[in-house]
Amino acid sequence: MAEASTGTDAARPKIHAGFIPLIDCAPLVIAAERGLDAEFGFELKLYREVSWANVRDKMEVGTYDCAHMLAPMPLAAALGLGRTSAAIIAPMALNLNGDAITVATRLYEEMSAADAQATKAGGAAAVRALKRVIDARLSAGLAPLTFGMVFPFSSHNYDLRDWLASGGIDPDHDVNLVVIPPSLMDASLRTGRIDGFCAGAPWNSVAVARGDGVIVATKSELLPRSPEKVLGVRAAWSERNPQLMEALIKALIRAGQWLDDPANHQEAAAILAKPEWVGADAGIIASVLSGRLERGGGQTDLSDPELMLFYGHEAQLPRRSHAMWMLSQMIRWGHAHEPFDLGAVADKVYRPDCYRQAAAVLGITLPADEGAGASGSSMDAASRHGFPGAADFGAPQALAYLQGLAIRSPSVDLERFLSLNSVQ
Amino acid sequence: MRLRPCPSLPRAVNLSQPRDDSELKILVIDENPLRRAVIEEGLREAGLNNVRVVSDMTGLLEKVYKFDPDVMLIDLENPSRDVLEQMFQVSRLVRRPIAMFVDQSDGSTIAAAIDAGVSAYVVDGLRKERVKPILETAVSRFRAFDKLRSELEETKSALKDRKTIEKAKGILMKQKGLDEEAAYAALRRQAMSTGTRLADVAAALISAFDLLNDK
Repeated sequence: MAEASTGTDAARPKIHAGFIPLIDCAPLVIAAERGLDAEFGFELKLYREVSWANVRDKMEVGTYDCAHMLAPMPLAAALGLGRTSAAIIAPMALNLNGDAITVATRLYEEMSAADAQATKAGGAAAVRALKRVIDARLSAGLAPLTFGMVFPFSSHNYDLRDWLASGGIDPDHDVNLVVIPPSLMDASLRTGRIDGFCAGAPWNSVAVARGDGVIVATKSELLPRSPEKVLGVRAAWSERNPQLMEALIKALIRAGQWLDDPANHQEAAAILAKPEWVGADAGIIASVLSGRLERGGGQTDLSDPELMLFYGHEAQLPRRSHAMWMLSQMIRWGHAHEPFDLGAVADKVYRPDCYRQAAAVLGITLPADEGAGASGSSMDAASRHGFPGAADFGAPQALAYLQGLAIRSPSVDLERFLSLNSVQ
Repeated sequence: MRLRPCPSLPRAVNLSQPRDDSELKILVIDENPLRRAVIEEGLREAGLNNVRVVSDMTGLLEKVYKFDPDVMLIDLENPSRDVLEQMFQVSRLVRRPIAMFVDQSDGSTIAAAIDAGVSAYVVDGLRKERVKPILETAVSRFRAFDKLRSELEETKSALKDRKTIEKAKGILMKQKGLDEEAAYAALRRQAMSTGTRLADVAAALISAFDLLNDK
């Protein structure tokens, strides 16, 4: 655990926060580096971590008050998956979108040979080419392909699985999925331990820059405006320090606004590139922040202003529909077997009320109802690309969606979930 | 200061466990060779003979499944900790379930382990009282290693300081025709009157000298 904090003022209350060196830890880093913590009357002490398991355990024992967390982590904790027992709430999101799927250059060539058009199109279409490669390998008696992701309860795991399944590939039978730390993804790709991976920025770009991989799909293409990282807060701490948590949310709102402004991207990249924060190439970070992504493999670069969203489109609002989406993925892939009340778990963990309260103090107007304000654009995006969790995704919709899926874990009995959630 | 060959390693926790505990299979996952040795030694002293260490994280899961440990210890500086997490998910690879060391009555043990920088994973069904001494040994050894490491760093920096002071003394002796004692006294006076560390005064003198001599 490396402490990397800025500012010293004994009078200000301290907030201790863990983070993983990924670009989407930016709101916390910017809040500390630009003195937004001091502006709102506290001192943000940040601790760089090497694993999500460390973040989870240090939240559990109270080393940290809050942390940069994978959005599914607080929900997994509430369901008793993994070793935690301390309740964690998500009073705000830190970003939407941001991860991507990269395949090894050799697999990319196989995909191009199998279906040049789908491979070149990328995103949702590219999985068709992968399916052909996998079928051909199966009939040739070759070993299944192996894909890396960063943590069981991660959007990376769920996004990768969703993408594979959308192409008729069963992630639990047709490929091997393994956890690899993001910093080791590129080396694992190069040495052939894995054939592809889903990870957050900047690790996809690092693999492309080193000539080891090609980005075939981004989360912004596959599941636009879908959840990625949240601010996880120990529920016990938040109950003792409601004012302090509100101050933290306000500082992170300001940080998110600052990060979304293109005029600040170079400066933000220079800050994040420092070894005590993300410690990656400033050029790659600036590129991701401005929505430009070099895909590799001779493809045209991707230009998508929503590659990673920090503030725009209510990116920080912890939407109930987002919690529902992640819960549905946990059920889909057999992470959660025992039936539970989806709405109750979502409402216990995701706390848009906290975010709304802090935003209101700053004079920010948010859509009155979940999904209502942004739903116009979100629904467009959803219908265009098919992210069911974009809006109006309650327990009935989630379970209906699960029932309609051809590929999901056979170990989960949906009938039992239906009877428990039927009153909603 | 002098680096002691074996700095204040605490006595291994005495295990008053059934005899078959010496057969418990313990896997220590740590990339740091020195710490690995310190922990392994501690466990052996505690009567645990079936200890294996993993230093290369390549193919970590395969190694874990092959050894099939009852208890795994991994340092918290290791990014590959997340690799172990997937063992707790349903997987066709798992031969027997490994649960984590989770017991609310042992919150303080877990907190101590995390504070010391180590995490334990335990095979499902292994009794708590058999696991606790292992974890306590690991915690005390991790702490001992931390102490060793900070002492080593202090020694290194003390050595560097001494070299700097020697060099600055040499410059003063040559330039001002002072003897060694007088050169040292001059440096000390300057340090005391400016409230600066002796080594910093020496370093400043060296860089000023280099600058004036166009080095």
